[in-house]
Amino acid sequence: MDKPVNQGAWLLVLPVLLIVAFSAIVPLMTVVNYSVQDTFGNNQFFWNGIGWYQELLDPSTDLGGRFFDALWRNLLFSFLILAIEVPLGIAVALSMPRDGWRVAATLVLLALPLLIPWNVVGTIWQIFAREDIGLLGWVVNHLGIPYNYTADPLSAWVTIVTMDVWHWTSLVALLCYAGLRSIPDAFYQAARIDGASRWAIFRNIQLPKMRRVLLIAVLLRFMDSFMIYTEPFVVTGGGPGNSTTFVSIDLVKLALGQFDLGKAAALSIVYNLIILAVCWVFYTVMTRMDAQTDAGRG
Amino acid sequence: MARIDLQNLAHSYVPNPAGPQDYALKPLDHQWRQGGAYALLGPSGCGKTTLLNIISGLLVPSEGRVLFDGRDVTDLPTEARNIAQVFQFPVVYDTMTVYENLAFPLRNRGLRGLAVDARVREIAELLDLTPDLRRRGRGLTADAKQKISLGRGLVRPDVAAILFDEPLTVIDPHLKWELRSKLKALHRALDLTMIYVTHDQTEAMTFADTVVVMHDGAVVQIGRPQELFERPAHVFVGHFIGSPGMNVLPAAVQGRHATVGGHEIRLTRGYPRIDTGRVEIGVRPEFATLAPAGSGVPVRVKRIDDLGRVRLAKVELAGLPLAATVPDTLSVAGEEASLLFELAMVHVYADGHLVEGEAA
Repeated sequence: MDKPVNQGAWLLVLPVLLIVAFSAIVPLMTVVNYSVQDTFGNNQFFWNGIGWYQELLDPSTDLGGRFFDALWRNLLFSFLILAIEVPLGIAVALSMPRDGWRVAATLVLLALPLLIPWNVVGTIWQIFAREDIGLLGWVVNHLGIPYNYTADPLSAWVTIVTMDVWHWTSLVALLCYAGLRSIPDAFYQAARIDGASRWAIFRNIQLPKMRRVLLIAVLLRFMDSFMIYTEPFVVTGGGPGNSTTFVSIDLVKLALGQFDLGKAAALSIVYNLIILAVCWVFYTVMTRMDAQTDAGRG
Repeated sequence: MARIDLQNLAHSYVPNPAGPQDYALKPLDHQWRQGGAYALLGPSGCGKTTLLNIISGLLVPSEGRVLFDGRDVTDLPTEARNIAQVFQFPVVYDTMTVYENLAFPLRNRGLRGLAVDARVREIAELLDLTPDLRRRGRGLTADAKQKISLGRGLVRPDVAAILFDEPLTVIDPHLKWELRSKLKALHRALDLTMIYVTHDQTEAMTFADTVVVMHDGAVVQIGRPQELFERPAHVFVGHFIGSPGMNVLPAAVQGRHATVGGHEIRLTRGYPRIDTGRVEIGVRPEFATLAPAGSGVPVRVKRIDDLGRVRLAKVELAGLPLAATVPDTLSVAGEEASLLFELAMVHVYADGHLVEGEAA
């Protein structure tokens, strides 16, 4: 039987195409447009081809050096917070109560940091960690540990990492807790019958069951930390010096501080591509894991 | 390998039980002999799993003691009491191979090397798992997973008993029979005490040499399958075992006569006059046969079901419904017929419990 061809269906897709075009494609094309030109103001543009990209990806140039420094800072930051938040989140999830009123209480307490707007989180820590009037900064300094995030890069990093851990460990913990709750009691009972140690239970029952939620948690936390802007901007503003200037902060400095629209546009595009590439890798790994689990059910 | 004694064992999930209704398991004394194949049979919620979990140590009973070979293990945790348990749903460690799964309980107890290898291969062979030994637990069918669970229960040679908690629930019907025969064979081969919880009478009757029937937190009868069938100690056993269950009819009993709805049935044993409570007689459909009108107790035939091997009649005796067997030779015409009872199989119950008559 022949199916009637109906081109009218395109009309139904049109609204989506329009919205996506205006919300994403047109602005992105503007950025692409900027990234291949140079301007000295007065709305005068000069063709520059791939010049900005060449400069950006060459660490020996001024722009490239800046970009790679910021990129390594970003990667170091993401690595640090993942290395802390994932094990800590698992530990918190494992020690959460399994039933009773304490479950609700714990969930609410854990969710609190997640509900605070990001710039408020930044402000809280900006004040909390000040060495003159902030409770944390004052106490640490009076304990004899020199700590000043406006002058000392290490202090600034400790502050920002601690703030992120405080803000986001709950998310990892809640995801892991959901994974743990999906394990039937019979698994724990069987493990006791089999004489499994606490570690063996974690290694062979709990961790495999948390694998998928953990992957989601790592993806979310990586993307989020890789794109971090608000909190370090509020707390340190990228300083002292450039020690906490991440790619997003540098981008804003470049575009709005120096009005180097061409360079900033090229940086935006590259930054975007890196994030897309990482997303793609995560997506592929996750679908592959799903396929494995599904085969397991068959 | 051990004898397991339960002494005054009872369990309540509420802290201060006020009466019998608060007990999930009512006081119970029982001895499980070494090497026995037992079935714990009863409907859902009758306390079977509670009893099983107390024996395995997953649950500490609120009253009474559990002894393994005379040693009190009531307060010992599962790990310390040498017991294996297989659960309703397969538990397989996904990250390990089938071999590692089977070796897991042994390795956790400090066994290494050849001792582990020999035992794992023996059990894998018994369960037809040898070709799968190198595979990961993930990706196996539910049947194979449950076989691994069974294997982990069977692999420890030193266990006092293996407890099965409805282990064949998730298994396909045609494999159920096969696995059950396999378990029976394993029981013979390994000389282990096995306690098998089920709500399926066929499973219980084919697996066990002793069936423990539970109802509402109490053990109502312990016996060989044939005893449960021929002499149910409680009307519940009569109902629960057999398909359809035993006919139970209100009756007046005096001496060697029972009167049901104005009709007299002779009994083979003599009974004292029973005044207290509810008096009933029970007779299985297998021991009540339909006969032409006029040859026995008159009944009204409502329906005849042909079950293939037998024909079963739904009849009414003075308005009371009951089921009876229809002999092959009998052709029933009209509603009028009569019933013949195999008199030795007619039992008298007072308040649900079997009353022993005096044989004369």
